[in-house]
Amino acid sequence: MFDFTPFFENSGEILRGFWATLRLAGAAAVLSLIIGTVMVSFRVAPVPVMRKFGTGYVNIVRNTPLTLVLLMCSLGLNDILALKFSSVSSTTYYWWAVVGLSAYTGAFVCETLRSGINTIPLGQAEAARSIGLTFTQSLRMIILPQAFRSIIAPMGSVLIAMIKNTTVAAAASYGEVALVTKTIVDKPTFSDGVIPLFLGVAIGFLILTLPTGYFFGWLAKRMAVAR
Amino acid sequence: MITLRHGEPRPTWGFVIVSVPRGNFRAVAHDVKSDRMTDSEGGPDLTKDGPGDSAPERGAEGGRPLVVAENVNKHFGELHVLRDINLTVNSGEVVVVIGPSGGGKSTLCRSINRLEPIDSGKILVDGKELPKEGKDLAKLRADVGMVFQSFNLFAHKTILDNVTLGPIKVRKQGKQESEKHAMELLDRVGIANQAQKYPAQLSGGQQQRAAIARSLAMRPKVMLFDEPTSALDPEMVNEVLDVMTGLAREGMTMIVVTHEMGFARRAAQKVVFMADGQIVEENTPNEFFTNARTDRAKDFLSKILTH
Repeated sequence: MFDFTPFFENSGEILRGFWATLRLAGAAAVLSLIIGTVMVSFRVAPVPVMRKFGTGYVNIVRNTPLTLVLLMCSLGLNDILALKFSSVSSTTYYWWAVVGLSAYTGAFVCETLRSGINTIPLGQAEAARSIGLTFTQSLRMIILPQAFRSIIAPMGSVLIAMIKNTTVAAAASYGEVALVTKTIVDKPTFSDGVIPLFLGVAIGFLILTLPTGYFFGWLAKRMAVAR
Repeated sequence: MITLRHGEPRPTWGFVIVSVPRGNFRAVAHDVKSDRMTDSEGGPDLTKDGPGDSAPERGAEGGRPLVVAENVNKHFGELHVLRDINLTVNSGEVVVVIGPSGGGKSTLCRSINRLEPIDSGKILVDGKELPKEGKDLAKLRADVGMVFQSFNLFAHKTILDNVTLGPIKVRKQGKQESEKHAMELLDRVGIANQAQKYPAQLSGGQQQRAAIARSLAMRPKVMLFDEPTSALDPEMVNEVLDVMTGLAREGMTMIVVTHEMGFARRAAQKVVFMADGQIVEENTPNEFFTNARTDRAKDFLSKILTH
């Protein structure tokens, strides 16, 4: 039962799967940070319409299952509405997976950042306004820099959740490691060793996520703002 | 545009180890230190003329009105916190606002640069009514310096960066020029040798003096002080008051909310006594402390001056 031969026999395919997972996670990390930062700027803006938009976005996206978001992107937008990034199907599915995952994770990044903004003493913003900085300037130079530093550790958790969420992209026809594993198991020649295969993939994820957690913990300590 | 970009390669957040000063400014700090032998412990020596002098009379009559409040009202929910406030502060005048807690002193001070919006009435700064929001308001705030009870230095920036931020980003002044001016100001308030440190590394008195320098760097028309010494340890109060007294002597227009009666006697031309959201009495410091006109003021003074 604990014969790891099937895992090693298919290790080439599994490694390619992990590479696809990494490409998805990397792009989604960058894009979701951007989306989250923009949305949190909306949520704390002095203009009510912007605040409503930010709140609406977060509430809708955060409360929709990721599978639905990704299926909407791949089946709905890509296949039916034919909004394609590229004529190569693997490329367009990749980018739709990135967009869907980032839009979803962005809502969580936004809320994490907002909690960071709430930890900053009100006096910081008042001092920024009192020397004549506009709202955008004080957000960019005073508020967000301090907010980012205070939420590094919880942002690590959001990122870890996002890395694991990449497996849902299998539903959106993106060939990351979970889809690869399922394909291996579904092969008619595959007879035994499902559990070792799953264990191997799980360890692969640990190799991705554990260092992420440690890195963010270390970074949070290093970047802390002394008050 | 080029001057704006100048500061960009230095990250405004992240990647800065708190204990390591960035080398290129260190030279500046050292020069000033060695040239002028600034000492952070003793505070600045801005009061060489001797504290015994009575408050100068200048400005009380002669200056043009710089800050005018007309029939200002403000509510916090049910609480009527400012009731029909009328106040004129002339250019060069130092006005001390005193009174019991919850009397509206701080709210009045904060409403002058619209950190608190008012419900009705008018506030004019240098003849112009306060703009509602946006760029015009930011422009006005740049001309009105503000010093807070809790200092509010930008925690993620060095003292020097705190002082140069406004001049560079708001006044669009060159970086070198801003740093030179900032070092002069820091030297003047006696903390030039702390320029590369972060706010949390300084004592309360040093932080408040840095905050005063940050306000001065904008070359404001008027300075607002909202209980600037209330959060300080007793031993640090005087180093901040000395800086403020020096400013007053140089003719800065100041509105100071404080409980420091000594400062009021020494530096103010006018004392405004506020209670229950109203200005109860306006008087000269001498008259007010020795012979207050209103019973409310006498009652207040009897409670604080007996011990």
